[in-house]
Amino acid sequence: MSFLPRASTFAGHLDAMFYTMVGLSAVVVLGVFITMLVFAVRFRRGRHVDRSGESHREMGIELAWTLVPFALFVGIFAWSIVLWVDMRTPPSDAATVYVVGKQWMWEFEHPGGQREIDTLHVASGQPVRLVMTSQDVIHDVFVPAFRVKQDVLPGRYTDLWFIPTRTGTYDLFCAEFCGTDHSRMRGTVVVETPADHARWLATHASASLAARGKLLFTRFGCAGCHDPVSAVHAPRLDGLYGSTVPLADGRQVVADERYLHDAIVLPASEVAAGYEPVMPSYKDRIGESDILALVAYLKIRGQDRETSHEPR
Amino acid sequence: MNLAEHAPPSYLADGVTLRSWLFTHDHKRIAILYALAITFFFFLGGVAAALMRLELATPAGDVMSAETYNKTFTFHGVVMVWFFLIPSIPNTLGNFLLPLMIGARDVAFPRLNLFSWYLYMAGGLFTIACLLLGGVDTGWTFYTPFSTMFSNSHVLLTVVGVFIVGFSSILTGLNFIVTIHTMRTEGMTWFRLPLFVWSMYGVSLVMMLATPVLAMTLALIAAERLFGVGIFDPALGGDPLLFQHFFWFYSHPAVYIMVLPSMGVVSELITASVRRRIFGYRFMVYSIIGIAVVGFLVWGHHMFVAGQSMYAGIVFSILSFVVAVPSAVKVFNWTATLYKGDIAFGAPMIYALGFVGLFMLGGLTGLFLAAVALDVNLTDTYFVVAHFHYIMVGGAVMAYLGGIHFWWPKITGRIYSEAWARFAAILMFLGFNLTFFPQFLAGAEGMPRRYHEYPAEFGLLNVLSSAGSVLLASAYLLPIGYFLWSLRHGERAGPDPWGAKGLEWETDSPPPTHNFTRPPQVDENGPYAYAPP
Repeated sequence: MSFLPRASTFAGHLDAMFYTMVGLSAVVVLGVFITMLVFAVRFRRGRHVDRSGESHREMGIELAWTLVPFALFVGIFAWSIVLWVDMRTPPSDAATVYVVGKQWMWEFEHPGGQREIDTLHVASGQPVRLVMTSQDVIHDVFVPAFRVKQDVLPGRYTDLWFIPTRTGTYDLFCAEFCGTDHSRMRGTVVVETPADHARWLATHASASLAARGKLLFTRFGCAGCHDPVSAVHAPRLDGLYGSTVPLADGRQVVADERYLHDAIVLPASEVAAGYEPVMPSYKDRIGESDILALVAYLKIRGQDRETSHEPR
Repeated sequence: MNLAEHAPPSYLADGVTLRSWLFTHDHKRIAILYALAITFFFFLGGVAAALMRLELATPAGDVMSAETYNKTFTFHGVVMVWFFLIPSIPNTLGNFLLPLMIGARDVAFPRLNLFSWYLYMAGGLFTIACLLLGGVDTGWTFYTPFSTMFSNSHVLLTVVGVFIVGFSSILTGLNFIVTIHTMRTEGMTWFRLPLFVWSMYGVSLVMMLATPVLAMTLALIAAERLFGVGIFDPALGGDPLLFQHFFWFYSHPAVYIMVLPSMGVVSELITASVRRRIFGYRFMVYSIIGIAVVGFLVWGHHMFVAGQSMYAGIVFSILSFVVAVPSAVKVFNWTATLYKGDIAFGAPMIYALGFVGLFMLGGLTGLFLAAVALDVNLTDTYFVVAHFHYIMVGGAVMAYLGGIHFWWPKITGRIYSEAWARFAAILMFLGFNLTFFPQFLAGAEGMPRRYHEYPAEFGLLNVLSSAGSVLLASAYLLPIGYFLWSLRHGERAGPDPWGAKGLEWETDSPPPTHNFTRPPQVDENGPYAYAPP
């Protein structure tokens, strides 16, 4: 009776596991049910049957039905972990799409500057990684046809990835209760052939996300300190993305999207070693979607000069 | 010579004024006070559930507004979790039976016991006040930052209500632990305790250790909402995941607060109906303790997609499988107890068997959710809703009602209509499955929970579910009828109408105020000394 399509590379694997577990559960339920039924009929009150004697193998029986289920559980666990690690490890060639959730709509931004509301266009066969954040409360991107789901949190980036396998349009639900119109916070994922998708991207291209970020970089006066010729002693940003940054408190962090985001809104929390914590917070001055544009710009800044590191 | 003339009056006959009830120190009367209060809240929460099923009968939001729907499911959750399920078995059956089962004349702290009831009522009044003033729309989980900074409903009032009722739990747990440690009668060693007493011991430990964390978390919500202290809202420098860790550190053990007592009840029901020793008594005890302890280590399985790390997901997944093992052991032991038994199928046994079946289905689907990769697709859908209703309603409520039927003759001294009771139990089982089994299917197909409107393809499954809820509701109303009837017209029960073992069956029905005319003694035959037939 299932009407849910299998539209990503995860779907087949997860469904195989799901139906295996349905089968195992059915065996257990039937086994216990039939045993109970047999006992219930055979030993019902008023029936003359031999009821004497106690079991002397209690210990062995108890150990058996403690250890056998446990071994089975470990097997299921191992199977699920293999799938889980795969689901949590995006491939390096995945196309990144940025997602901002807000009460009660979804905003998608492609690296080429294409912006969409409540609809996401992706190409079949191409891995896509969603980098997501929320403008207000916790939301959740859930695409049942892809079997993926991930909460979208304010103040941090979470991500999920998938490879669509079938063209078509699929439901996208908000799966974390987010207020009055939670059940209307739905969208559509449009999976197109790579050629169609390329055409769609071309017709909807505007200034790329990074180009918009570059304008914002100037408008918010970031260059005033972070430009190499600036008089202020501030970290240089060329080639920063993906590098390892030593912090003033002795820790080392990788400059990923989360780090760049937090460096803009919570600059005092992870100060780079050798610099004074003088940067003001831009928390209430830049919206999440503009921060995404800035991050996109920072990711390519300096790439024309230093091509040493790979974009994720 | 007529012994009855010299026998002390039953606890029901020992004072008939309102004052004699509201200021009683008798654990049995306090149990009745709780029973009346939680029955009221059960039907209040049930009305909310009925309204939700009415709304969900069609995909469009046509019965009530989205805001009202959100408030309805929140009210349903808050009332059913804190004002029905958590106090249900411990505070009614536990209060009534624990001293009787260990041969004591009361609990260790009778005044504290009465105070716990007043705390419960005070918490309940706040919750009802919140309902009358317009309700709260955060879901029973109060997730931040929605609950602290965004919701425009009566969050604080509800939080205060739950905060207060939490102390009622803590004090009851404390009372039971001290009672079990210090007031067992002569010969009642630890491994001669009935399994119901063991389950009360396990649940009391969890209540005492977990509930303070809830109180603290709710206090932090109040601090953020009232004074803008940044704890959970990232806009104030807080962390919303911190709230979820705190909340589930309480609320997952709280699941075991709801289900451990029902396991204890079912062990008593089955042994008495089968007239046989429980199979694997010690393993049943170890599994109660195992569940109570490991239950504290699995909270993160509620947060697999919440933003915790991949490795946290792996650790919480294996621990969640581990906690399922003792539950499986219990199901197998109950089944094995039937072997060579002398099995009668009275209403309590039908409830008990219904419990085992529904609990097993709830437990098995729990394994789907413990398998972290499958959980990604299933969490936050109706699959989860169905899963926990199989445990909470199929499990805990069936066991609670089974227990009420089993001990009704002891509590009231009267016998109810067995035919009606069996009919209600079977109707409940069928109605329950028709209500909640379609929700597994809807969830596996991707229907998110807490949806006021939903896509039309889930329509059929929801119609089935709503139809089942009508049956279920009728089955819940039936016992009120035949129980009330039995109070006036029921046959006198006598001390032990079931031929059951256990100290509570050695005294009169209903028992005298101080339970036993002389302290009972326990010998080496232990709690289930049924003679071979």
